[in-house]
This record gives sequence, structure tokens and C-alpha cells, in this order.
Amino acid sequence: MIRLLRLALRTGIVTEPAPADTEVERIGGQLGAEIRRRFGRSLHIRQVDAGSCNGCELEITGLTGPHYDLERFGLHFVASPRHADCLLVTGPVTRNMAEALRRTWEATPDPKIVIAAGDCARDCGIFAGSYAVVGGVAAVVPVDAVIPGCPPSPMALLAGLLAAIGHDAGRAGR
Amino acid sequence: MAALAYAAAVAAGLGGAWIGVAGMLGATWTVRSEHVVPLGGLELAMDPIAGLFLALIGISTTATSLYAIGTAGEPRDDPAAYLAFVGALGVVPLAANAMTFLLAWEIMSLASWMLVLNRRDDDVARRAAWVYAVMTHAGLACLLAGMLLLGAHTGSLRFADWSAAAPALAPAVRGAAWMLLALGFAGKAGVIPLHVWLPLAHPAAPSHVSALMSGVMIKLGVYGLVRVGFEWLGTAPLAWGVVIILAGAVSAVVGVLYALVDHDLKRLLAFCSIENVGIILIGVGGAMIFRQAGLEALALLALVAALYHAVNHAMFKALLFLGAGAVVHAVGSRSMEVMGGLIKRMPWTAGGFLLGSLAIAGLPPLNGFVSEWLTFQALLQNVRLEDPALNLVFVLAIAALALTAGLGAACFVKAFGITFLALPRSEAAGRAHDAAPAMRLGMLVFALACVLLGLGATVVVPVLGGVAAPVVGAATSGLWGDTARLSVSGSFAHLSIVTVAGALVIGATIPLGVLALTGVSRRRRLYETWGCGRMLQTARMEYTATAFADPFKRVFRFFYRPEKRLQLDVHPESRFFVQRIAYANPARSIFEEWLYRPALGVLRAAIARAQRLQSGSTTAYLTYIFVTLLVLLVLR
Amino acid sequence: MTVEVVLAVIQVLVVAAGAPLLVGALRTLKARLVGRRGPRVLQPYADLAKLFRKEAVVSTTTSWVFRATPYVLFSTMVVTALIVPLLLARPALGFAGLVLLTYLFVLGTFFLALAGLDAGSAFGGMGSSREVAVAALAEPTVMVAILALALRAETTNLGGIVERLARDPLLAANPGHLLAFSALFIVMLAETGRLPVDNPATHLELTMIHEAMVLEYSGHYLALVEWAAAMKLFLFMTLLANLFLPWGMAATAAPFAILVGLLVFAAKLILLTVALALLETSVAKLRLFRVPELLAGSFALALLSVLSVFLLR
Repeated sequence: MIRLLRLALRTGIVTEPAPADTEVERIGGQLGAEIRRRFGRSLHIRQVDAGSCNGCELEITGLTGPHYDLERFGLHFVASPRHADCLLVTGPVTRNMAEALRRTWEATPDPKIVIAAGDCARDCGIFAGSYAVVGGVAAVVPVDAVIPGCPPSPMALLAGLLAAIGHDAGRAGR
Repeated sequence: MAALAYAAAVAAGLGGAWIGVAGMLGATWTVRSEHVVPLGGLELAMDPIAGLFLALIGISTTATSLYAIGTAGEPRDDPAAYLAFVGALGVVPLAANAMTFLLAWEIMSLASWMLVLNRRDDDVARRAAWVYAVMTHAGLACLLAGMLLLGAHTGSLRFADWSAAAPALAPAVRGAAWMLLALGFAGKAGVIPLHVWLPLAHPAAPSHVSALMSGVMIKLGVYGLVRVGFEWLGTAPLAWGVVIILAGAVSAVVGVLYALVDHDLKRLLAFCSIENVGIILIGVGGAMIFRQAGLEALALLALVAALYHAVNHAMFKALLFLGAGAVVHAVGSRSMEVMGGLIKRMPWTAGGFLLGSLAIAGLPPLNGFVSEWLTFQALLQNVRLEDPALNLVFVLAIAALALTAGLGAACFVKAFGITFLALPRSEAAGRAHDAAPAMRLGMLVFALACVLLGLGATVVVPVLGGVAAPVVGAATSGLWGDTARLSVSGSFAHLSIVTVAGALVIGATIPLGVLALTGVSRRRRLYETWGCGRMLQTARMEYTATAFADPFKRVFRFFYRPEKRLQLDVHPESRFFVQRIAYANPARSIFEEWLYRPALGVLRAAIARAQRLQSGSTTAYLTYIFVTLLVLLVLR
Repeated sequence: MTVEVVLAVIQVLVVAAGAPLLVGALRTLKARLVGRRGPRVLQPYADLAKLFRKEAVVSTTTSWVFRATPYVLFSTMVVTALIVPLLLARPALGFAGLVLLTYLFVLGTFFLALAGLDAGSAFGGMGSSREVAVAALAEPTVMVAILALALRAETTNLGGIVERLARDPLLAANPGHLLAFSALFIVMLAETGRLPVDNPATHLELTMIHEAMVLEYSGHYLALVEWAAAMKLFLFMTLLANLFLPWGMAATAAPFAILVGLLVFAAKLILLTVALALLETSVAKLRLFRVPELLAGSFALALLSVLSVFLLR
């Protein structure tokens, strides 16, 4: 136990302090105003795997680690869609997962947004045309933003997350 | 016709309650008649503690008879036995000599036995009645032996004479008499290990009878223990108090442990009765120890706590049994595994059962909390005792009481949650209808009693102090604070239950009001339960009672010694296709396995040996008679 | 009289407002210890504010018990806030003692467990079952640990214990005091659902105890439940801080004394938070069926503490 604590204190904080001119910080400023308006500096995300190959999931788990640390922006992953404000959907929506995805969306309280992460979520990616898929996420639930990439890197995901919320300023209602 | 009988019982109950309350507040009287009862005549005497128990019996009878009017006329109904039962119950606390007492006791036992046996074609009910008959008569034999022993050594069969002659008795006689009487009364109260009849008999009887048996009849066992421990044999020596308090602690914990793993709703309630009798006896034992140590004020506090809990338990246990009766009647089964979702179909019964569950779990601001609070305060002051061994006993009792409180709350989360909440687990549960108005009225009386006894603690405790003071030998009936606040032992502890209740209500109303006014609470949408996106939610996906009790079964594995029974039925053509799985993981009763079965085995062996005397030969029998005559002539 | 009411209200406000800050500080500290920058300390306030603005999705299988539970839970925490010695040695509901405190916590757990069963999902039932098991096993330890204190102070009234210990610091100079503190600390971990008993940040439902019961709550119900959980942690820490280290608390209702008392209290809380964060970062979650062993160990510590009162008399 003491050994662990000494290691922790010696290593210090490894969160990559993003330099001032990267996407993240620039959009981070925009983020402040937008998230504050809709969710008051707090966005809880529920990740839904709608048939993905898990490549995107591996990148998403990087976000919770010390290097990318999405919690510093007020974002937080939650276990139940009842607790969520945002659904982060990965994978081409397979036939088996279509209904499940829809029910998850219905179970999320309003106001909510849906972000499709990865090329598969956008338009089925390399699985387009397969008998097992229904279409992109937009075919099942209304999508507010898309983060392209196969898989998108954690920095791209973070930029996309923040950008998506920032870009949604124009949409009325919901 | 049956309804009329029950209505008469209601009236009798009210009358009894009236007389009882008058007795509690000081109106003592005696009734004597040489003719009704042999060997001493009928003798009834009213004193405060008899008044308390009579009032308890009266109120319980009134409410359960109201409930019974709702179920009157059903095929297994037996109003005659019920009336005999209730009548005998009323006479027991008033009895002032041994024969009146034992006669009333026996009528009470026989009447309740007949009510237990009401379902003659059911094997389980017959076994329950058999065990009940054997245990209650073994208890009666002990009581008879003890009372006759005392009668022989004091020259009288009147209780008042025993109290007077107690100091002059030889210690060996006192000890023997106490042991016999305590065994008899403890058996009736359901103290571990004499409890085996309780979980069999109480569920088998109809619900209103179970309510009276659990609520009132076992309290008469406590009544007997109080009389024996404080009056008939003088001041009890230390050992007796320690035995009672330890028996109470063990009963409390074991009772609730068995209740936790039981899925028969009424048997769960029966085991909880054992638990609560344990709590009452912790108070009684503590009072006996304090009295022996000369700390009369503490003895008074402990006894008041015990009596208060006895009254409270009668109220909330009866409420729970009546609610369970309505549920069992509606669903057609006692097993919790086929219930569920009843809160929507039986809202009144659910409300009553919830109130009873909160009360029995000892949660503020209801009555169970106040009596457990008082018991704790009595136990917590054990530092005034000099002997460290006694201090250890009290600390163990405190730990046992705290554990019981926690486990009891868990048990009733299970009982209420599995029975009433979520989805119905069977078709019958889905079609259930609420209790009849008369049944609801009976439950309402008990529910009101629970609330009033809790909020009115500052009024009830001084009255109980007056009742307990002469028993314990305290000079005054104690100083209990004022109407707003209950004070214990000077400034040791205070409690204002009304303030707590008010604070809880305000604490809940303020957020409710704020959220309603700002319109936040109106933002609501109905949707299905979150099930990870599964297609269908059925009752099979809910938690079952077995599953709920599983953590406890594992933690207390050394006590339950569960026996896993797994049976797989495979397809005849391939053992890889499983058609049916049957799983059971019942707890085994260590008392039956380690105590009763070996004891009965020894008894059977002895009987087998004695049977050799029954040779069937007339010559042998004539020889026995001749030898017995010779022996009697010589001894004379 | 009015002074007392004002102080009572202030005490409740301190608890209600301070609880999310405590939870936020704990989260940030734990994040820093594992090398992350972590959320801001005031993040829980933002979370609560957002939750109050969201709609509540209520399951069709639930009943009024589900909807009433958040209010009951919140109410028990508010009443407990009135009982613990915080601003003054003698708190507002001055009569209250250790037994009432214990049973108020049980009341909250009772309703939350019922709400977990109400939704009819397996997760909720599992959470309820485990939560009541842990709470039941922690009961005796709470009672016996505070009993050890009560025996030395000769009263079970929490304010009385604080006053006695503050007057007579030497009463605390015995091994029993430390044993009782350790026992109550372990119970705090169990009752508030912190590591090693329960991981508050887990997503794996099968490892959840407290979180599983609240999976079904959303919107303002969730806000109330989370707030009540934060208050429970705050109140346990207050007990640990003020019952075992009562020096610095205001003895009278003078504003300056109360301010000083609050500052000292904040310092004690910071110490405890740091200790808790260090502990949570360095231990792994226990297997569920090892938790009773931990609780039995804490009970043994509490029992030893009580025995030391009698033996060292």
C-alpha cells in the first residue's frame, strides 16, 4: 500500500496539458458556453455498443485514463442511460442491436443528445451493405453529431465530443 | 351466525380492555368462589400488571374479531373454539391461584390447538398440531410440577401467599421451582430452544388466530416469567437474570436469522415473533439483574422497556399477520415466491403491512423504535454494575440487539418488497383483490395503535412505570420527563419522538414543496424498467426471495448449514439437452438435528425398553399390582 | 429559542451545501493521486443542478414507494444533520443520541432497498439484497463503537459526549479511543459505499452494492438520492471528526466561536478526506463475501474498545 502511494506521488499528474493552439483548447473555450447553457458544465455519457468491433471502444476507454482525462471538462461516463445526457454510439447498428439501441434512447431522460462515433456509426463503414446491419445510427435514433474515424483516436474523440456539443448551438428545442 | 359470534367477541374485547385499563390505573379487586374450580376454588385478582395484559388482550381481541367478521362463514371457520380461546386468554392474567391459572392455561392451549388443526386433510397442519400439542403439554407438565412443588413447600396454592413465603424457602427448592416454571413459561413464549412448535403452529392457524397467538398468547409466557422472576419467588438471584438475558439475546438473533431465509410469509412472521420475544426477555433479564444489584430505578427502566415492547409487538405483529392473512387469502398460497405486485392490487393491505414492517424494524417515529430505544438505554447503563463479567454480558446483549435490529430491517425489506412490489410472479397474484372492509377495519385499529403508541410515548411510559413499579419494588413510578420529551435516568438520555416525527415530515415536505412549486417534479415520463435493452420484462427476471436471502445464507453458513439440492432432467436421447432444472437450498434447523432428534431417539429407546413390561401376561400384571401394594404399605 | 432555530437551520444548510463539496474534493484528490487532473472540486454542484433540470423517467412497474423514497431519504439525512454535533457541542435536536442516529440511517436504507426492489429488475434486487446485508452486519459495530465513547463520557447524548471529552481531554488518551475510531472508520466505508467495500465509480452492475439500487432513478429523484448519499458521507465524517476529536468546537452560540469552530471543523474534514482518498487509492475492492469478515474485524475492534473501558476502570 505504501509502495503504491509512493509510486503515485512520484509519478505526479501525467494528463497531457494540451497546448494552447490545438483543437481541444480552442473548442474547449466554446464548450464552456455551450455546455453551460444546455447542461450546466456537466455531461454524463452512456456508451452504447451497437454491434461494433470494439476498436472504437478501446479508443474510448483511453479517454478515461490519465493522459486524455475527459473528467476535467465535466464529462463523465455512467452505467445506466437513466443517468445519462448523451449517448455515445459505436458500431454499425446490427439487426440484433437495433431494438436495444432504440430502447436505450427511450430510457434516457430529456434533454439528451446522440453522438455517433466511428465510421461504422456514421454509415456502416466497411460493413455497409451486409445483411446483418440496419444502417448507421441515424437509421434508428436521431443523431446530433458524428465523429468520423476507423477508429477515431482519443484526441479526435475528445475534439469531436467537445465540438459536437459546441456545434449544436444552432439547433433549437430538444 | 359466525359473524354474530365474532361481533360478541368484539364486545367482549372492548369490555376486557376497559377493565384492564382501569386495573392498570390502580383499580384493584378480587373475586373468589369455592365452587367453580377444584382444589382451591376460583380466584381472580386484578393488579396493575394483570390489568396491562388484560387491556392488551382486550384490544387485540377487538381488532382481530373485527377482521374475523370479514372472513366469517368460510368452511374451516370455528367461532366456538375462538370464543373459548379468547375467554381463556382473558382469565390467565387475572388468575390468583394455581388451579385457576392452570385450568385457564390448558383451555387456552386446547382451544388454540383446535384452531390450528382446522385443516384436517393437510399433512403439514396435522404435524403442526401434533408438535404443538406435545410441546404445550410438556410445558404444562413443567408448570404443574413447579406449582405443586411450591404449593407443597409453602402450604398454599395462592400466588399472594407464595410472594409472602418466598424468603423462607430453601434455595434448592427455589431453584428447582424456578427452573420448572421458567421452562414451562419459556416454552409458551417460544424461547430458543423450546421454540419448535411456533413456526409450525402459527402459520397453520387461520390468520386472525395467528395474530392472537403471536401477539397475545406468547406474551402470557412473558407474563409468567415476569411473575416468577419478580414476585412468586422473591428477588431473583443473579444466575436467573443472566440466564434470561442470554436466552433473550440468543432467541432474538436466532429468530431473525431463521426468518431471513424463510419464504413462507406466515412462518417468517412466526420466527420474527421469536425474535421479538427475545428482545422482551433481554429487557426482563436486565431488570432482574439490576434488581438483584439493588439498582431499582434501572430495573424499573428495563422492565418498562420490556412491557412496552410486549405491547408494541402485539400491535404490529397482529397488523402484519392480518395483512398476511389478506394476502394469502387473495393469492391462495403462503409462499412469497408466487407473490409480487400486490401494492397496486391491494393498496390498503399494502399500506398496513408497510406500516407494520416499519414498526417491527424499529424505525422512528413508530412504536417499535421507542421500545427498542428504551431497552438500549437500560442496557447502556450497565456500567453502574461493578462486576466486569456482568458488564460483558450486557455488552453482548447490546451487540445482539443491534444485530437483530439490522437483520430485522433486512427481513422486512424482503417480506414487504418481494410480496408487494414489482411484478406479480403468478397469475393468482395478478388477479388479487383487496381485503374486505371488515378486515381493513381490523388492520386499521392496529395501525392506529402503532402510530399512537409511538407518538404518545411520553404518555404511555409513565403509565407503564406505574404498572412496573410495584413489581420491581421501586419506591416511585419513576421520573420520565414531561409531555414533550421523554427523559431517562435523569439526564442520561432524552427523546422527543414528536419532534423527530415532525422533523422527518418537514424534511420531506420542503423538497417536495420546492420541487412542486418550481415545476420540476412535473417533468416526468413513464417508460419500462431499464433492462439493458432486452425485449421483454417478465416476472421471472425479478429478484426472488431465495435470491434476496442468499448473502445472509452465505455469511451465516455455519449456522444454517444449507443443503444444496440440484436436480437436472435431461432429454432421453441426449444428456446435453437439459429439460428441467430443480434447485433448492434449504437451511437445516440445528435444533431439530442436534437437540430434538437425539432427545426423541433416547426417549424412544427408553420406551422400547419399558415396553418389555407390557408382556400381555395376566400373571405378570397381577405381580406388578401386588408388589406396588406391598411397597406403598411399607412406605406408609 | 430563536437563536436555536437559526443555528439549526444554519447547521442543515452547512451539511446540505457542504456535502457535494466534500464529494467533489474526494474525487479530485483521488484523480490527482492516480496522475489525472480530475474533475473540478465544484463539479458535483453542476451535476446536481443539471439533474434538477432534467426530466425523470419512471418505470411502469414501480409504485408510490419508488417515488417517495428520494424524499424519505433526503428527510432522514436532514434530521440526522440536526442531531450530529457540528456548529455547537449541543446540536439543535439536543436530546438526540446514538440510538436515534443509528435507526435514522436504517430508515433511509430500508426505503432505498425497497425502491431497488420496486423496479422489478434483477440489478435493483441484487443491490437491495447486498446493501441490507452490509448494513445489518455494520449495525452492531456502530452501536458498540459509540458505546465505548458513551461509557467514558457517561451519557449517550452526542452533545454530552462532545462536551465531556472537550472538558476532559485526558479521557481520550487511551487505546480504546483509537480502537473505537478505527472501528467506526471501517463502518463508515461500509455504510457510505466506499472502497474497499463498494466502488462508487464502477460500471459493472455485478460488483455494485449501492449504485445498483439507484440505476433506475433519473432527474430530480436521482438528484435527491445522490445528494442524500453525499450528506451521509459528510455526516459520518462529522461524527468521526467531532466525536473523537471534539476540541475547537464552539461551546456557546457566540458568532466568533462558531466561526472558529467551523474553521477547525473544516480542517478536521480535510484531514479525514485526505486519509480516505489515500486509502481508496491504495486498496482494491474486496470480494463481496469477504466484506462480512472486514465488518467482523471492525466489530472485534469496537468490542475491544468497550472492554478496555471496563478493564482499565
